[in-house]
Formats: sequence, structure tokens, C-alpha cells
Amino acid sequence: MIPTQFEYVAAKSLDEALSLLGKHKDDAKLLAGGHSLIPAMKLRLAQPQVLIDISRIKDLSYIREEKGQVRIGSMTTHYQIESSDLLRRICPLLPETATHLGDVQVRNKGTIGGSLAHSDPAADWPAAVLALDAEIVVAGPKGERAIKADKFFVDLLTTALEQGEILREVRFNTPQGTVGQSYVKVRHPASGFAVVGVAVNLSVNGGKCQSAGVGITGVAPKAYRASGVEKALQGNALDAKTLSVAAAHASDGVDANTDLFASGEYRRHLAEVYTRRALGTAVSRAK
Amino acid sequence: MAENYVGKRVKRTEDPRLIQGLAHYVDDIKLPDTLHAVFLRSIYAHARIKSVDTSAAAKVPGVVAVYTGKDVSAKIGPVPCAGALPDLKTPDHRVLATNKVYFVGHPIAVVVAENRYAAKDAADLIQVDYEELPVALDEEKATQPGSPVIHEQFGTNVAYKLTAGEGDIEAALKSADKVIKQRILNQRLAPIAMEPRGVLVRYYPGEQELTMWTSTQIPHLARTQIALMLGFPENKFRLIAPEVGGGFGSKLNVYAEEALLGWIAMQLNRPVKWIESRRENIQATIHGRGQTGYLEIGYKKDGTITGLRYNVFADLGSYFQLLTPAIPTLTGLMLSGCYKIPAIQINVTGVFTNKMATDAYRGAGRPEATYVVERALDLVAADMGKDPVEVRRKNFPAPSEFPFKTATGLFYDSGNYEGALKKALDISGYHKLRDEQAKARKEGRLIGIGVSTYVEICALGPSQAMPAGGWESATVRIEPTGKVTVLTGASPHGQGQETSFAQLAADQLGVHINDVTVIHGDTSIVQYGIGTFGSRATAVGGTAVWYAIEKLKEKANKIAHHLLEAGEGKVTFKDGKFSVEAPKVKAASVPEPVLPAAGMAPGASLPDPEPHGKHVSLQDVALAAHLAKSLPQDMEPGLSATYFFEPKNFTFPFGTHIAVVEIDRETGEIHFQRYVAVDDCGKVINPMLVDGQVQGGIVQALGQALFEEVVYDDQGQLVSGTLMDYAVPRASNIPWMELDRTETPTDVNPMGVKGVGEAGTIGATPAIVAAVVDALSPLGVRHLDMPIKPETVWRIIGKNKTGAA
Amino acid sequence: MKTKINVTVNGVSHQGEVEPRMLLVHYLRDALNLTGTHIGCETSLCGACTVLVDGLAVKSCTLFAVQLDGSKVTTIEGLAAEGKLHPVQEGFWEHHGLQCGYCTPGMIMTAAQILERNPDPSDEEIRHGLEGNLCRCTGYQHIVQAVQCAAKKMKSKTAVAR
Repeated sequence: MIPTQFEYVAAKSLDEALSLLGKHKDDAKLLAGGHSLIPAMKLRLAQPQVLIDISRIKDLSYIREEKGQVRIGSMTTHYQIESSDLLRRICPLLPETATHLGDVQVRNKGTIGGSLAHSDPAADWPAAVLALDAEIVVAGPKGERAIKADKFFVDLLTTALEQGEILREVRFNTPQGTVGQSYVKVRHPASGFAVVGVAVNLSVNGGKCQSAGVGITGVAPKAYRASGVEKALQGNALDAKTLSVAAAHASDGVDANTDLFASGEYRRHLAEVYTRRALGTAVSRAK
Repeated sequence: MAENYVGKRVKRTEDPRLIQGLAHYVDDIKLPDTLHAVFLRSIYAHARIKSVDTSAAAKVPGVVAVYTGKDVSAKIGPVPCAGALPDLKTPDHRVLATNKVYFVGHPIAVVVAENRYAAKDAADLIQVDYEELPVALDEEKATQPGSPVIHEQFGTNVAYKLTAGEGDIEAALKSADKVIKQRILNQRLAPIAMEPRGVLVRYYPGEQELTMWTSTQIPHLARTQIALMLGFPENKFRLIAPEVGGGFGSKLNVYAEEALLGWIAMQLNRPVKWIESRRENIQATIHGRGQTGYLEIGYKKDGTITGLRYNVFADLGSYFQLLTPAIPTLTGLMLSGCYKIPAIQINVTGVFTNKMATDAYRGAGRPEATYVVERALDLVAADMGKDPVEVRRKNFPAPSEFPFKTATGLFYDSGNYEGALKKALDISGYHKLRDEQAKARKEGRLIGIGVSTYVEICALGPSQAMPAGGWESATVRIEPTGKVTVLTGASPHGQGQETSFAQLAADQLGVHINDVTVIHGDTSIVQYGIGTFGSRATAVGGTAVWYAIEKLKEKANKIAHHLLEAGEGKVTFKDGKFSVEAPKVKAASVPEPVLPAAGMAPGASLPDPEPHGKHVSLQDVALAAHLAKSLPQDMEPGLSATYFFEPKNFTFPFGTHIAVVEIDRETGEIHFQRYVAVDDCGKVINPMLVDGQVQGGIVQALGQALFEEVVYDDQGQLVSGTLMDYAVPRASNIPWMELDRTETPTDVNPMGVKGVGEAGTIGATPAIVAAVVDALSPLGVRHLDMPIKPETVWRIIGKNKTGAA
Repeated sequence: MKTKINVTVNGVSHQGEVEPRMLLVHYLRDALNLTGTHIGCETSLCGACTVLVDGLAVKSCTLFAVQLDGSKVTTIEGLAAEGKLHPVQEGFWEHHGLQCGYCTPGMIMTAAQILERNPDPSDEEIRHGLEGNLCRCTGYQHIVQAVQCAAKKMKSKTAVAR
């Protein structure tokens, strides 16, 4: 319950945060919503020397759509996403995912950027950004770069963020045409994290799948895009059989996690079932 | 007696402080100059301590002292165990480990510092050189030759063996048409009171007065035991259980940390506080259950049970806490359930393991028994292809057979098992449910209905049957202004006796409930008491209040008689007034408790104690008793009475719980459809509080059935060490509970109350497990071990795939 | 090592210096002696420490006090306005939504947030909203009823105000 000592700096701007990060390097950790970091610090599993608080950088908190792209600032809270009228209209997957995330208090404080940068294997956001084929925009000492979501999650608690970089924005193309989305989740009875979480983003034309994005979290050491599922859907009529066949690929090629609650084998099974259910819901919503 | 309050849904008088954040739990009590203690605990389940280096810790700024086992072991007596059994091997349980550690979380050293931060920083710097030892973890394997032995001096991990029960079990099983055997597990659970333990101690060397605030269910018993551990005079030792944030048995204990903090406060002459973290709470506060048993039940073709044998290995942990070895004996007592079983035998093997001690967790041995018996009845029903309700009915004693003697040596006071069962069947629409289930099964759906008919042993209990007194005490005083003070030796911590006892007193004395204050938990204010556990506070403690008031009223009546100059006339008491002739007063509407007004205006003057014509009020009598100017000859002044109530028997509440679940065929996930409970706890003082007790109990039972499990890995590491892994039920994963009651009073106490604190935990677990088993019964499933996880169910379904989706 | 902060708690402004590692819950309890906010776990799961920061229900064990500079905090002690209980407090009292009372302040603060956002919640929505608050005593049923009761009270108050 008592973290080790550290120095606290509240950055007022992204530039200031970057320069502080450059100065303190590995000694420093970025503090966003704090809902991954602070629990780890309380158990002394994380013991940073310096905390750079970026949650107060106003420029990093926004949800907007411009030029056919949705842009979400990294310090936007889960609740801001959950309650965004804009997103409910143009990309309901994100508000829906938010409602499954943690609890009221966590959503009020936790941020999408903080969650993504932490890359917890059972976090909810990674599934959604993978399904949306989003880009993660990171700012660093050498300027900005955009990383495709499926390249961003590297391994257990490891992302493509390099030392000195800060996750600045999540952006993706505004879903166009007839879209069906959904997020379903099997909640761990103790932690509330995803035993399995499946995010689906379908674009439908004449009953056929034009494009499919399927992101799965909780199953493997990192969230992943279920490309086998996506391929099986692409161009096909979205009937029950197609969905079933597609869902069978939900955990192709991944090493599934095992914990007290569920074995790897069971997780794979849940991934298949819940992928099929998520697809079914998404199809029914594609109107 | 007025009946303005008893039997009604009266709002709790303790709530205003609790809902405004104004109550004082241990950590809310602030004393100037307080030091803070943090413990260093073993990271191994079994190891020799080669050395403990505290030098770096001692140098941390703010650190005042660091103590290890070597510093304190000779100074503080062993942690007590009140469970006395024949040939019991009791290890010497010191407050800090010295040579060996026996479980993850075993305290090794304590740092005392100016603040928690420094204490924690310093504790991290203590270097312990361990030599790891092989572990004994499984209560069955630990008894086998070749197992590592935990306490070398005993040469075995078997702490005791015990056989109990009556009737010729061999003959009974032989006479059966069939004997069913089943291995049954009752997994280890963590009580998880929301307030972890906490201790604050102050020592005044001048007065030689030791005051301890500790989160306990048994302030007086804890004071006695800790006084003995410290060799400190009990009459100078004040122990206070302030607001206590839940116990469930986990605070029915005396812990190493309590005595050690007392000793430290006396060493340093400064107040010292320790607040347990949740990780420590899961490591080093007692666990519950932890039994692996082998059931044999014999029955006749017509469903009559002939005998039941249970051979059980009890996982005791490495040390004894207050009641550790005694818990399985309660299991033995309740193995008859609510059935006529002519021969019963329990064979207990109590086993040391490299884990935290098990002890009393809500139900304490009785949920284990009920679970075994209810599973047994279901196994018989399944074997016979009969409805589980029928097999139960077949073996119920009739209401006329009470007091009913069991083959476990108990006399059940009163019961109407059929009454509660029938009511639950009616509410649930049982027969319709069975029809719906049959239809659903044809569609391939897995719906299960589980029925449990339970009886529990409550109101613990007659002193003969208890390790340290089974009575309870009360003092009732009428102050000169007529206000009523009730001092109870029970120590409620959420059950609501501040209200229910005030209801009792207000009705018996004809006063407003706001004029009654119930005080508990402070050994310097309250006469010696036993405490709150075993569903006893109302049935035993409330009865003490009842008798104390009757005693007090006798005296008041004499004073009234004198004041009224009644001579030969008879004085009666009604609605707060003593009259020569009972006045006819219409009962007013029930006044509810109200928020105490801030800064109440002072009263003008003391009222007039003189009689108003033909009657005197209780207040008049109280004032007269204290002014003592006009009392009957030779009467003691004052108006108070104390009563120590010794119950003649336990009470035996009972009921029927019915759970209906549907299983997701594809995933094995379990979804509740209904939950119905009909409980009979005798007379009810406050139905709202009874509902609350039942609901809370059911949800803890549900936790055991489906989610909760303390898991140690094969090295004895505690895998379920935080609430991230140990799944306490949340608001979203439980069903709506449809509750009702029957009311069969007991004659064990004059109020007819039985107790209800543990009913839900005892009745619900078997109902829920039975429902899941029933859902899977078309697949040939007869029994499942708890917690029943979706994966387990999925695997069963997978093995039995019949082509259905 | 200490950092200056300026926080308004229950309408009262506080200036102080805190160690950066001091959690908000410790600041409230130890520095300001507002002990109604409780600590029930170490892993940000039990919700006993829930307070409102700038109107948002948060777990005060998962924030450092230094992060609060310039913020407004409402704790359970500040919920009753002018000695009158908040409807959620009334609901908990009337429906026996508490037993030991330890989780209660956090429950009440979260329930207040739920009703602020959704004045007419279903039982299921209330249960979902209380996902971050553990109670070991009540079995939650009376809590759900307490929140429903509070919702009704708040609605009728709004109606009267109109």
C-alpha cells in the first residue's frame, strides 16, 4: 500500500514531458490515469525514481473527427470515450468497449493512452484498436511516428514505444458505409480483466463482408488481430455458417495464457465461441 | 409488553454514523505521538531461518525499533488455542518466527517507526537468510510416510485423530440395500472482512494502564488471553473493539500481532499502531474450511437412510489459532442434517500443512457438514432416480418428534422441516420448474434445480459445550433522566444488535427507541462477556438483555409501589407507566429512530419524581431510585440490573434453499435463473436485519460454490494472494434472492429466537452445487467439487458431446 | 522532497506539503483527518476509498495527493448538505444497505455518481455501476434497493423543484 519514494513532475506540455523523459530516461515512468502504474507501485512491483505526470496536458485530451479520420488524444479518459456522442454515432465499438472496462471509478480516471502503453495482455482497449486497424501516434525526441496497432503490441507488457517516446494519439479511418461493430468479454471474476475479449469491426455491403477487423485480448501474452478470422470473412456472405467457420480461427497461431481461472485450452475455446458471438452481434447491428 | 418495535422493520440506530463517514474503526482512531508497525513476513512456506539482519532497517530515518523472534520469544507467551482434544499435538506458536518459518506470511520481524512510510521502507531492507525446506501441503499426502514433517518434535503431521458419533455404523451400513461412496472437498476460503485487522495500543506507565483498540469479535476473551500472553494484569488492561468492519469468524481469534503490539507499546512507552494490508490479510488472517473427506451413506430401497460415515482430513495449517483443531468437531456434530439417521460416525484426522491456520469462518465446520449431508441425500436421490425433495421428506423427523435426538449426540430444540420445504417449493413453483426443466432438456438446454434443506446449530452455546463459556451478559441501567443504557457482552460488528437490542429494551420498558443506547466492545465499560460469533448474539446476548430488564423492572415496580403508596394494591407496568390500575393507552404509531440533532438544547431541570395521580412513569421511578429520598425500606439506591444468561441448549434454525441455474452449453458458464430461500430462525426481532443476514450469507456461500478458493502452489506460494486473484462476489454476478420465512420458536430462551447469522452460508452452498450438478445430470454427473468453474463444466460437456450445438 | 499542493475538500481549501508518494486516501485520512474514506485492498479493486474529484468518482488509493493540486474533492463527510442526508444516504439507511459499514462510504459515493449520470437506472445498471465496489456483508440486494430508493427520492425532489 506504500510505494517507494520518487520525484514527481507534472508536465504542462507534450514537449516538456518529452524533455523530462529525455533527461531521466529509464529512471522515469509516465503517469497517465495511473490505474496500471499506481497499483504496481503500491505493491512495490514498480519502483520508478521519477514520475512524469502527463495526465494534465490538456492538448492530449480530445475526441474529434476530421478529414475522414477519428482522432483520440492519449489522455482521453475511458469515461470520455464511453460518453462521447460523436463516437456513439460513428464508432460505437469504442464506447461499448469502455463500458466493459474496469468499473465506474477506473473509467473516470484511466486513459486510453495509458492503457495501450501498458499493454496488459488482458486489457480491453488493445482489442478495439486492433479491430479498427488504428494507428498509434507516438511523439519522440526525433519527432512523430505512427505505428499500426498490430505492430504496436510486441509482447507481454511490451510495446513498440521506444525510450523517450510518448503515446500521443490513437487515430483511425472513420468507419464508412454499413458498419457492424461489437465488443464482448468474459470478465475475470476477481480482477475484472478480460479472460477473453473480442472486438469486431465489420463493413458490410449487400450482405457480404467488405472488410473485417477482429481484435482479441486476454487469450495470449499480447492482444492480437485475428487475421485468420478476418480472411475467412472477407468477401463472404455473413451467414451463420461463415461466422462459425471464421470464428474457428480465433486463436490460430497464438500461445494461450493459463491462470487459476482458465487454462490455455479453455481460453482458445472461449475465444472461438465469443468471436462467433461478437461477429453475430456485429452482423445484426450492420444496418 | 408494548410491541411498538419488536417484529418490525426498524431502521438501524447505528447507521447515521456509518453512512456519514463518522464512525471510528481502529485506523480512524488517532493518538498523538503514535508509532507505526510494519511486519516482515516469510516469503517461503517452509524454511530454516539462518540469520536475520536488521541493521540496514534500523538505520532508516524515523525507525525507532526493529524486533525479531529472538528479541521477543521469551517475553511473550504463545498464541493461544482453546481447542482441547485428547492427545492433541499443539505446536508452540510464538508471535514471531525464530528458527523456522512454516507458511508464506509467517511474521519474522517487526519495524516500528514514526510513520508507516519509514516502517515499510525499513522492512524492505531486512535481510533474511533462509534455507528452504521441503513442504507438506496436501492434508492427505502430508499424513503419508515420506512426507516432510513440519513440526519435527512430533515426528508426524497428524495433530490428532478423533472418532465421534453414535449407533453401530458397521451394522447400519451392512443393513443398507445400497451404500454410496463419494470423495468430497471443502476448499480453503479467505474470510475477507472488508476492514482488514488493525491494532492500536497505548500504555500509560504511571497508571500502568494498557489500552488496546483491536478489530475483534471477542473483546473480553481477547483481553484475558492477551493479558496472559503478556503477563499483564487483566484488570489494568482495557481492550476496545471499536467499529469493526466485518469479521465472519476471522476476528473471533487472538493474533500474534495483537500481543506483540501490546508488548511494543510497553517497551517504547508510546502508542503504536498496525494496520493489516489486504495481502497480509489473505496470508496471515485465518482461513476457513479446508477439508477433504470420504463419505459413505447407506440407504434402504424405499429411500430410508440407515447410516452415514465421514472420514475427513482437516487441513489445519501449520499452527493453531484460537479454535483451529475444534472446527472439524462441529462438522461431526451436524452430520445428521435435518434427517433421522440412526448411525453416524465421523473420523477426523487433523493435519498440519505449510499454510496459514484454518479456523472459524462463517459457519465454522457446520457448512462443511451440511454440504456433506446434502450432497449425500442428492447422491441417494440420483441413485434411486427419485426427486431429491422426496428423499429428504422420507427422512425428516416430524414436528412432533422434537426435541429430536441425533446420532451425533444433539437434541434439536424445535423444527418443522416440512413447513419450510413446502413454502419454498410453493414460492419457487417447484413442480412447474421441474416441468419446464424437462421441456428445456428436450431442447438440449441445461437447466438445473438444486434443493437444500438444512439445519444449523446456533446460539453457541451451553458453557459445557464451549471452550470458554457459552453464556452472555447484559447490564441495563435507567439513568436519572430516564434514558436507558444497555451494556451487552456481545460484540456486534455489522449484525445490528445496537438496534435489535434497543427494540427489545424499548418495548419492554415502554420507551422511545431513541432513548435507548446499546454499548458494547469496551472491557472497561461493559461487564465480562463472550462475544459475537456462532449466531449467538441475539439468542444468547439478547436473552441476557431480556432477563436483565425483567430483573430491573421488578425493582422498579417495588419503587413505584412505594411512590404510589399502593398499599395492598397491585402495581402494573404498561407503556412506560406504573399504575395501580393499568391505564388504557392506545398504542401510538411506531416512532422511527431519527438523526440526533446537533447541539440539543439543554433540559430546563430534572423532572418531578412525584406520582401524577395514579401512576408514575419509568422516568419518575429512575429519578427516585437515584435521589434515594423516598425508597422502600432497605432498598439499594440506583436502577440497574445485570444478568448472565446461560442457555440450556443450542438452538437449531433450519430452512430450505432452492437455486435454479442454466448452463451455457458452449462455454460452461453458469447463469442463475432463480434463488429462493425460506429460513426459520424462530421469532424475529427485526425482519429487515434478518433478511440482510440471510442475503449476505447466501452470497458468501455462492462465492464458495462458484468462485472462491485460497490456492497455494506446489511450493506453498500463495497464488491467490490479492483480490486480483481471490474472487469475492460482486454485485453483478449474483441472482435476485427471493426470501421468506417460517417461524418455529425455540423454548431455549424466553423470546423464542434462534439466530440467523450463518444460515445463508450453510444453506446455500449445497443448493447451488446441487443445481449445477442437476443441470449436468443428463450427462451422468452426480457430483462436482467446488468452486465449480466454467472450465470444469465445459470439459464435462465436451466429454459428453452428443452432437447438440 | 515535499511538494506544495492546494486542494479544496468538502468546500474547505487546504494548503499543504506532501511527499509525492502520499496517496490521496492517506492525505485525506492522515493529513486532514477525514477518516470516513476507507482502505479495503491494495489493488484498486474494492472501492472502499471512493471519493469525488472534480465531480468524478475515483479511487483515492489510486491517485497521489500531488496530482490533486487545484482540484475539488468531496468525501463521504461532505455529502450531506447542511446536516441533511443525501438521498443516497437516506436510501442506504431505509433499506438496510449496510451492515458493518466499512464499504459503505465508497458505495454511497459511487451510487451518487451512478444516479447523477442515470437518474432512472435498472437494477442491472446499478449492479454494473457498482462493479468497482466490494461488500462482504450485504449480498448487495439491499444496496440495489437503497439506490433505487434514492433514485425515486431524487426524482421526486426534481419534480418538486419544477
